[in-house]
Amino acid sequence: MDCGSDKVIYMDNNATTRIAPEVVDAMMPFLTDCYGNPSSMHTFGGQIGRAVEEARKQIGDLIGADPAEIVFTSCGTESDSTAILSALQTFPEQRHVLTTRVEHPAVKSLCENLGQLTGHKHRVTRLMVEADGTLDMDRYREALSEDTAIVSVMWANNETGVIFPVEEMAAMARERGILFHTDAVQAVGKIPINLKENQIDFLSLSGHKLHAPKGVGVLYVRKGTPFVPFLNGGHQEGGRRGGTENVASIIALGRACELAGENLAEENSRVKALRDKLEKGLLTSIPKSILNGHPTDRLPNTTNVSFEYVEGEAILLHMNQYNICASSGSACTSGSLEPSHVLRAMGVPFTAAHGSIRFSLSVYNTEEEVDFVLEKMPAIIANLRAMSPFWKDDE
Amino acid sequence: MWEYTDKVQQHFMNPHNVGELENPSGTGDVGSLSCGDALKLTIQVDDNSIITDAKFKTFGCASAIASSSVLTEIIKGMPIEEAAKLTNEDIAEALGGLPKEKMHCSVMGREALEAAIADYRGIILPMAEGEVVCECFGVTDLEIIRAIQESDLRSVEEITNFTKAGGGCGKCEDRLREILQQTVEGLTTEKLKPIKIQRMTTLQKIKKIEDVLEREIRPTLKKDGGDIELVDVDGDFVTVSLRGACSGCQSSRTTLKEYVEKKLREQVVDTLIIEEDK
Repeated sequence: MDCGSDKVIYMDNNATTRIAPEVVDAMMPFLTDCYGNPSSMHTFGGQIGRAVEEARKQIGDLIGADPAEIVFTSCGTESDSTAILSALQTFPEQRHVLTTRVEHPAVKSLCENLGQLTGHKHRVTRLMVEADGTLDMDRYREALSEDTAIVSVMWANNETGVIFPVEEMAAMARERGILFHTDAVQAVGKIPINLKENQIDFLSLSGHKLHAPKGVGVLYVRKGTPFVPFLNGGHQEGGRRGGTENVASIIALGRACELAGENLAEENSRVKALRDKLEKGLLTSIPKSILNGHPTDRLPNTTNVSFEYVEGEAILLHMNQYNICASSGSACTSGSLEPSHVLRAMGVPFTAAHGSIRFSLSVYNTEEEVDFVLEKMPAIIANLRAMSPFWKDDE
Repeated sequence: MWEYTDKVQQHFMNPHNVGELENPSGTGDVGSLSCGDALKLTIQVDDNSIITDAKFKTFGCASAIASSSVLTEIIKGMPIEEAAKLTNEDIAEALGGLPKEKMHCSVMGREALEAAIADYRGIILPMAEGEVVCECFGVTDLEIIRAIQESDLRSVEEITNFTKAGGGCGKCEDRLREILQQTVEGLTTEKLKPIKIQRMTTLQKIKKIEDVLEREIRPTLKKDGGDIELVDVDGDFVTVSLRGACSGCQSSRTTLKEYVEKKLREQVVDTLIIEEDK
């Protein structure tokens, strides 16, 4: 099918990313000729196993992990569930889970449903965030208790891009002998990560957020960290995750991590400059527009801006006419009557939450694209405001 | 992404009759900013009781804007008697249909029209005279009964999709079920389909939790010189603060888990998780 990918201005990279052409090249042989099972005894399969090990090393290199600490999974959500449920089984007497109010649904829903999973044995504390989306470290320190089995805090927020000080938080957990998990799905490939220099026990990452295909993820498990598998089965992944390896996607993820390492500097210079230009342009050219999230403690590619008195779905559909792709935290885009849990936790008022738009860039974006978006957005917002009974022109 | 018809997209991208008439014969103002959608409709009616002009201003999603636009097209040139008979189904049909979660947008159109006609006639809306059932969105029993009859609604969820009633605090859910039962029995002898138990919204939970706290938990804690306050509810997580003798009490964790959580689970939802605000 022709999905018009050559025409779109894709600024929704926190939702998913384009598979890098180099990544497609790397995985192709494993979708065609090289179909062997890595667990087989014959050379035809065995050589595939070596390719998988090479990918494990490429991923480890990006995040400062030993290949043996990399466990392949099907997605970020599986990695999150595996880490948290592993800790709860490792420490059955500890009945407390510590997390935040702004986690991705992969962690949020799991914590909400822990009651059904463990027979209401667990208590969950979810830390509040400040108006700029950051955490209060004193509150965090106070919330750590002898009863805590695991802390799960995202490295960077998917909606606002706000970065949490997870390395510092992991050290504080370690002092008290508490396991620390971070959902780093949005952070890997966008900011430098070196697990050799911190005390994070589990880290989740997802292929499709860094230019690899959907359907492959990784759970990093620090050497020596007690571990209970989520999927039981064969001896794949050293018995830590049953199921035949998704070989082609694993190879792809390896190559994508290698590319991410090469692109990290560009991500934090050129992409960041594009994001800053876009953000500044929107905030200055459109009245009553507000930045959601901390201005600097943020991923280099993400900006979340609210346009007051207009509704997010309507904005997105107008942008869609120009093939501009982004996301919104409005209620109408999700089908519920309430806007995004992240913006609500930050205390963003309804007038602004309904009209929030997230732009998330990648190395594939160009300055021409940013200029085009900046050229189109003021008229889109002005047109919708002209239609809004709440908008007064003199404001 | 919503599946919108071409007609919805046309009316959303190029809405007709945007604006506000000067010295209109009638004005209809419905919805609010916090609800996520609102519509202001102005109409001009001539001496022969024909609607000669109509304009709208809408805050909301694509279907809210499209419903408003198509509504003005339908009523322009229409005798007021005929316009008064328009239903939300007529609006949705003119758009080639709306996703079911968006049907309330067509109802908002019909309500604005009714309000504008009532304003023109200088009468109080009969709907406003009904008993307010949903206090959050100000929906009366007459409006709900009308929606049930016009759109053949068969569940509380459908009532919420069409009128928004029950979509806020949800306190009125039992009453909605009762109205549904009575209205449908009046329409047909056919037996009602079993009504699915709804997931509660946060506002619904807050009301119920407050109720249980006030009725049962607080009196018990007060006997021991303690007290409890509800701080926040987010999904299944209920944050409370223990006061008086309870705060700092060694056994406060036990009180929370063994007593407060148990009571709230019994009487509100059995998945609630109680957290203490420190």
